[in-house]
Amino acid sequence: MPAGTLYRGREGMWSWVAHRVTGVLIFFFLFVHVLDTALVRVSPEAYDDVVATYKTPIVALLEYGLVAAILFHALNGLRVIAVDFWIKGARYQKQMLWTVVAVWIVLMLGAIYPVLGHAARELFGS
Amino acid sequence: MSTTETSASGVGPVEGASPYSVDNPAPVIEPPRKRTKKTPKSTRGNFEMAAWLFMRLSGVVLVVLVIGHLLIQLVLDGGVSKIGFAFVAGRWASPFWQVWDLAMLWLAMLHGANGLRTVINDYAERPNTRLWLKGLLYTATVFTILLGTLVIFTFDPNIR
Repeated sequence: MPAGTLYRGREGMWSWVAHRVTGVLIFFFLFVHVLDTALVRVSPEAYDDVVATYKTPIVALLEYGLVAAILFHALNGLRVIAVDFWIKGARYQKQMLWTVVAVWIVLMLGAIYPVLGHAARELFGS
Repeated sequence: MSTTETSASGVGPVEGASPYSVDNPAPVIEPPRKRTKKTPKSTRGNFEMAAWLFMRLSGVVLVVLVIGHLLIQLVLDGGVSKIGFAFVAGRWASPFWQVWDLAMLWLAMLHGANGLRTVINDYAERPNTRLWLKGLLYTATVFTILLGTLVIFTFDPNIR
């Protein structure tokens, strides 16, 4: 791959790509999520049945992925706002991206036990 | 001194001394595209700027609403394992959480719909494709917002 130019192939472009991809994924999940929640208007059993799938180990892993997408989109979104409204935002966009990545890694490590602990207990016994 | 230096009057050394002074000021030239009373009103409005601003304002609010939502649903008090009809009924008994979820629904749906509108504008090049994709997007968005709103407002904990 050729070396990046000022923008192309560098932090600015890749954070834009990641923001786009995570945004579209979250939006598609949101449709599903409103539909599954709407089952509380059908019957308690219908709702509890569909929520039971959210508690299976495979879907728990997908939930961890969803949390990853949401946290990146949220943190990078705050960076975009800083680039637009903070007078030094554009100058520090690279440093801000690496800050976003660092905070994201810390939060994702912290989310392992709460989000995946339930699935681990189910798979390996408690 | 380079030859590109200009004096305060805007006349460089190449042109010689400025013909204008305080007593003989330069004529005022109107900007060619300046809006005057005769200019017709723009019919496009500032929709794209409003959309740009909305993404940032709703984004900040959504960071708080969604991360709070994730903490409650996936982290605190046993994580996902506690969720069920009874848990939903308990939370929606409070107007605070009803308003929270309603605001999250509307802001997230509109924020996401506008994001996807941008994506369609970027990648779908044929006018017909754009029309159909946006038609589908707006239909799905309106349906989902209305369905979610209806569910929050008509929720009945004693459904049976």
